[in-house]
Amino acid sequence: MVEMTVRQALRDAMAEEMRRDDRVLLIGEEVAEYQGAYKVSQGLLEEFGADRVIDTPITEHGFAGLAIGAAMAGLRPINEFMTFNFAMQAMDQIINSAAKTLYMSGGQVRCPIVLRGPNGAAARVAAQHSQDYASWFAHVPGLKVIAPWSATDAKGLLKAAVRDPNPVIFLENEILYGVSFDVGDEDVVLDIGKAAIERTGRDVTVVGYSITVSRALEAAGILAEEGVEAEVINLRTIRPLDIATIIDSIARTNRLVMVEEGWAFAGIGAEVIAAVCHGGFDHLDAPPARVSAADVPLPYAANLEEAALPRADQVVRAVREVCYV
Amino acid sequence: MSAAPADDPALLVDFYRTMLLVRRFEEKVGQMYGMGLIGGFCHLYIGQEAVVVGMDAAIRADDAVITSYRCHAHALVRGIPPAAIMAELTGRGTGVSKGKGGSMHMFDMERGFYGGHGIVGAQVPLGAGIAFAQKYQKRDNVTLIFFGEGAANQGQVYETFNMASLWKLPAIFVIENNQYAMGTAIRRAKAGTELCHRGEAFGIHGVQVDGMDVVAVHEASRDLVARVRDGEGPMLVEMQTYRYRGHSMSDPVKYRTRDEVQKVRERQDPIEQLRARLVESGTIDDAALKAIDRDVKKTVAEAAEHAQTSPEPDISELMTDVMVDADGGSA
Ligand SMILES: Cc1ncc(C[n+]2csc(CCOP(=O)(O)OP(=O)(O)O)c2C)c(N)n1
Ligand SMILES: [Mg+2]
Repeated sequence: MVEMTVRQALRDAMAEEMRRDDRVLLIGEEVAEYQGAYKVSQGLLEEFGADRVIDTPITEHGFAGLAIGAAMAGLRPINEFMTFNFAMQAMDQIINSAAKTLYMSGGQVRCPIVLRGPNGAAARVAAQHSQDYASWFAHVPGLKVIAPWSATDAKGLLKAAVRDPNPVIFLENEILYGVSFDVGDEDVVLDIGKAAIERTGRDVTVVGYSITVSRALEAAGILAEEGVEAEVINLRTIRPLDIATIIDSIARTNRLVMVEEGWAFAGIGAEVIAAVCHGGFDHLDAPPARVSAADVPLPYAANLEEAALPRADQVVRAVREVCYV
Repeated sequence: MSAAPADDPALLVDFYRTMLLVRRFEEKVGQMYGMGLIGGFCHLYIGQEAVVVGMDAAIRADDAVITSYRCHAHALVRGIPPAAIMAELTGRGTGVSKGKGGSMHMFDMERGFYGGHGIVGAQVPLGAGIAFAQKYQKRDNVTLIFFGEGAANQGQVYETFNMASLWKLPAIFVIENNQYAMGTAIRRAKAGTELCHRGEAFGIHGVQVDGMDVVAVHEASRDLVARVRDGEGPMLVEMQTYRYRGHSMSDPVKYRTRDEVQKVRERQDPIEQLRARLVESGTIDDAALKAIDRDVKKTVAEAAEHAQTSPEPDISELMTDVMVDADGGSA
């Protein structure tokens, strides 16, 4: 067992994949000389040189399009967005070029690219720098969408994403970068599309992804003191969604609370609950509940920001509601 | 390098044959569209034949080409069988993209043909990415990136010029200036300099070429391709051309006069110009011209027949090619 931060895990995953396959390269703003805006690419320029660790001008639409074209032509780019907020500038290339070209070409044009960077709220950076884009990308056939929580997730899933022959959206979280986790097997390559049960419990299933797994686990700790045992599922991959693991859990707990950092409307929780209602309706003893961001652009003021983002106490309340306690 | 094209009768005859193939093919597409055999958006290349014919002949089979939705000619000239292109147009399983792309999305990876892109300007950074890969893999290839004069107003084009020049990518940016973007004449959309100068702020050398003269196109292209292949970095060429038909099949063409079109046809038609040149120089006689005509008609007729008799894609194709499987197949 070694302890490492999510930041280190991501860095090591990239370095190991770049050592393994010389088609893999890192491209984005400030990834090389600055060592990453959030220091995720620390040391990569030194090890791999400027041909493979490439600083771009501030030109998201352009460099994402270029990286996607390079993937179509046989390279395996890791495209870093300084944050996913800026990936909106590149949305057309991600959706219309990366996701759809394989289909439009009758299976000829592949696009093995990883588009990664921090997603969701950081701390006190206000509305334009704080949004969870999971449901935007997860909507689109042709994309895989991953949202790691722990260092194990980060390492094992980023390696899997680089090896995957499809375009993969890899949604990191800035607040988690500095968090340390025990990593069991450092060489593990995780399966994309498999959720993880982070805590077992018999009374309720709480599903989260990325930083909301932390919220769910905090809530589970509080609930345990009240004698309510929550099972916490970390989705790890948003698309394809591991609905089997969720329904399997609900078959035992009969109750569901979904925690997401995005807005509820047309969000990932809506999708999870629809899939559970379809595939596990008979297991449910209460209507599923959602905990999500307040339906507003994220405010700056500390108290308002705290009120807008999903918290453990809201998860606790939602659990009590679905457990009728 | 081979003889200058003006002195190479075989090459000129080849240009003639290929331009005629594109013209007849597109005329047939227009007819078939009118008969309801082709659906959706469909953009013809009639009038612009010299551009792609002259340019494609300046690159090698292992080089790459990417373009917009106006892509039938680029696909034909790259060597994709006309029957496979026509079958794509009619939405058949034997189409070059298995009937899943249609008129705007022809692709052939074996021939380095990267499509066929429907979002105006999107192929420009994608093409630079292909050139990036060529350079990264230390291959001495080049990528031709075709886009319209309308697309030349998209921001991503300039983002791409900047990176391509910064990184000295082996890309040739080809602005096919056919004077119109849908109904917008260039004078109503472009401020500032001529399009051929639009790369200069980024250090990209540009030239303007008479895109109705296949020999001029080819000569300029050979020079640019040689320089780009030599590692001089990206170059830009503005091809002055003209489309005779509407923007797409549904365009009633209210924004210009018939007279304007007629004048271009009479004075500048790329095929007529070359034919006159071949005849006057005694390179070709009437009988040989007729033989080419017959051959081309036959090829087009066979393609049209194939495209109407081939089966539609199997319904099981609906859900395939969304993702590549881990084992390499696509599903
Ligand atoms: C981003 C985007 N905006 C608008 C359109 C609709 N559209 C399709 S073709 C076209 C005109 C493009 O003109 P030009 O680049 O000159 O190419 P041409 O059609 O003349 O070959 C427009 C506006 C589109 N497909 N994509
Ligand atoms: Mg135009």
